[in-house]
Amino acid sequence: MLEFAPLTLAGATGTLPALLAMNATPLARLGVLDIAVIAIYFGMVIWIGFHLKGQSNTSEEFFMAGREMTAWIAGLSFVSANMGSLELMGWAGSAYQYGILATHWYWIGAIPAMLFLGLVMMPFYYVSKTHSVPGYLDLRYDGRARSVAAVAFATEMILMSGVNMFAMAVVMKVVLGWDINFSIIVSSVAVALYVGLGGLRSAIFNEVLQFVLIWGGALLVPILGLIQAGGWVGLQRKIMSNLHNDSYFHLWRDTRHFSANPMGVHWTGIVFGLGFVISFGYWTTDFLVVQRVLAAHNLRAARLAPIIGSFFKMAVPFIVILPGLLSLVLLQNPDGSRRQLVGEDVTAACTANSAGVPTDASACSAAMEKTNLTPEYQKQVLSGAPGAELHTYNQALPLMMVRYLGPGLLGLGITALIAGFMSGMAGNVSAFSTVWTYDIYKPLINKKASDSHYVMVGRMSIVIGVIVSIGAAYLVQQFHGIMDYVQALFSVFVAPLLATILFGMFWSKATKLAGFLGLLLGILFSAGLFVWVKVVPSALSVVALSPDAKPMAENVFRALWAFLFSSIIIVAVSLVTTPRPVKELDGLVYGATVLPKEEPVVFYKQEWFWAVAVVVIFAILNIMFW
Amino acid sequence: MHGSKIPIWFFIGLLLEIYGVLICANGIIEAVTGNYPAGVQLTNLQTPIWWGGLLAIIGVFYLVKFRPGRSAK
Repeated sequence: MLEFAPLTLAGATGTLPALLAMNATPLARLGVLDIAVIAIYFGMVIWIGFHLKGQSNTSEEFFMAGREMTAWIAGLSFVSANMGSLELMGWAGSAYQYGILATHWYWIGAIPAMLFLGLVMMPFYYVSKTHSVPGYLDLRYDGRARSVAAVAFATEMILMSGVNMFAMAVVMKVVLGWDINFSIIVSSVAVALYVGLGGLRSAIFNEVLQFVLIWGGALLVPILGLIQAGGWVGLQRKIMSNLHNDSYFHLWRDTRHFSANPMGVHWTGIVFGLGFVISFGYWTTDFLVVQRVLAAHNLRAARLAPIIGSFFKMAVPFIVILPGLLSLVLLQNPDGSRRQLVGEDVTAACTANSAGVPTDASACSAAMEKTNLTPEYQKQVLSGAPGAELHTYNQALPLMMVRYLGPGLLGLGITALIAGFMSGMAGNVSAFSTVWTYDIYKPLINKKASDSHYVMVGRMSIVIGVIVSIGAAYLVQQFHGIMDYVQALFSVFVAPLLATILFGMFWSKATKLAGFLGLLLGILFSAGLFVWVKVVPSALSVVALSPDAKPMAENVFRALWAFLFSSIIIVAVSLVTTPRPVKELDGLVYGATVLPKEEPVVFYKQEWFWAVAVVVIFAILNIMFW
Repeated sequence: MHGSKIPIWFFIGLLLEIYGVLICANGIIEAVTGNYPAGVQLTNLQTPIWWGGLLAIIGVFYLVKFRPGRSAK
């Protein structure tokens, strides 16, 4: 899912349109068997949509999947909704650049928050019987906070869906040479069909299917890569002998100074900005993922679902980070030398004409001088020598797929990428449909319609949402700069929302006005920081507290400041306004809620048992790769 | 899966079964004819055969265990 990616991939995805200008041959050519594999996948997801249509007649069934999902299905869907292909490809590219530092976004940037959601927050979401996160704000504060969150979220979802769509079309163009319009139309029609027909249940079912496909299609790459590299030890030796830098294997050791690691981040930013504000903001308040858990069939399943998901989240670096590391030493040029990947800015500067020669040789030469490409290879690129192509960091994963996967398996790998994109888009439009219907249409436009009317509105909003997404995709294609701003929407919104929900859930004295102002002013403050750095790039050193800070550090620190700002507003306003009586907060606030007693089960079916197991594995992994 | 005539795991089993059989069969043809795809590394490991076979075995398991009409616990 892209939502979490913009924080880290803004630089990468923001230059995706530049790839369209490249005159490079596609990375892969699909055979008949590969095409069959992809076609079967599309047939299956649409079949699922038709199959589930008859089970999505009431609003509870259509928007909440009837609240019938088992912990496993909700948990896998919860993780799958986040596993977008752009994220997989982007993080493999990040691993190529930064080594296993990129793993922080999967471990400390996810696991503690997922456990917190399952163990601490889920009871309140679930017991309150809210249909959405903005709906919780309505119950806890009032309609004003709900409306701010709903409008911001719905806008973000629909625009993100468009960005997802465009990003997928660009990737398909670069990897396979597919026409942009073809990719956009086929993927959007498929998503509109299966989500429009089967609602959230169909989206969840397909996310579970996509989760299996992503693993089935991508797992072979690290397995075969490790065999060829001589195992983990062999990979380390190869990286040391080629790059002479062991920072690639350390998660924490080099984070005491911004300048000591290639990512330009400090451990405080990783722990407090990423590990707390961004991660908790995304995993515990982003309705896109929370919606999957709300569909669980009972409270225990709802609490177990994020914990089950956290096991798989911890394993994702195996199919994302490891291929990135392997590509550092295994990818080869046609002459057998080690292939070095470059940034999108370099490939854009070296856009070639029909003869394969860069149209602007001086710009291309200047861009390549900043890379580690050998002088000989740079000459070959400038002269348009056959095979002397430039590939970007984000192409690390597809390049590794092409290296190891033959007919059929390559189709499976490409299907995994398509499945990732489609699960992201389906997540966007299903969450949009629910928020639009429950938190905008119902309270603000038509309060007293029948249940079937709201289901119809939900179905229509999916179709309209997909159409608007297509418009957004073409808008991004025309005005590339929009992409950065669309992606920033999430990072601007998430920290104030987290503060508003945490204070609402754990402090009974937080008042209605405090919730509304904390959220609204927090969003404005966060947006102000974003615009400030955009207009005055040197402000980055102020926001991120160091002249050595890089854009990735800005995201985590901006989130941290926005969270603190919203918190101060909420506390200050609450102290001078009147809180709601505690008896009104039953089911909404910690300390004012009597949670329903759950039936006793054997220890290995309890959420606490599995949460402890996750904590132990999480600690071991961090120590192993310290 | 409650309330669903066909469990999601059955769909997954079916898809894995189809993919597994197609990929494994293609791998066997490659091994018999010796006609391996150009540019692909480690073809000597016969990856399509064992990976396709694995997918097919998992597919059969899910198809049988979650076949429609079988009562779920």
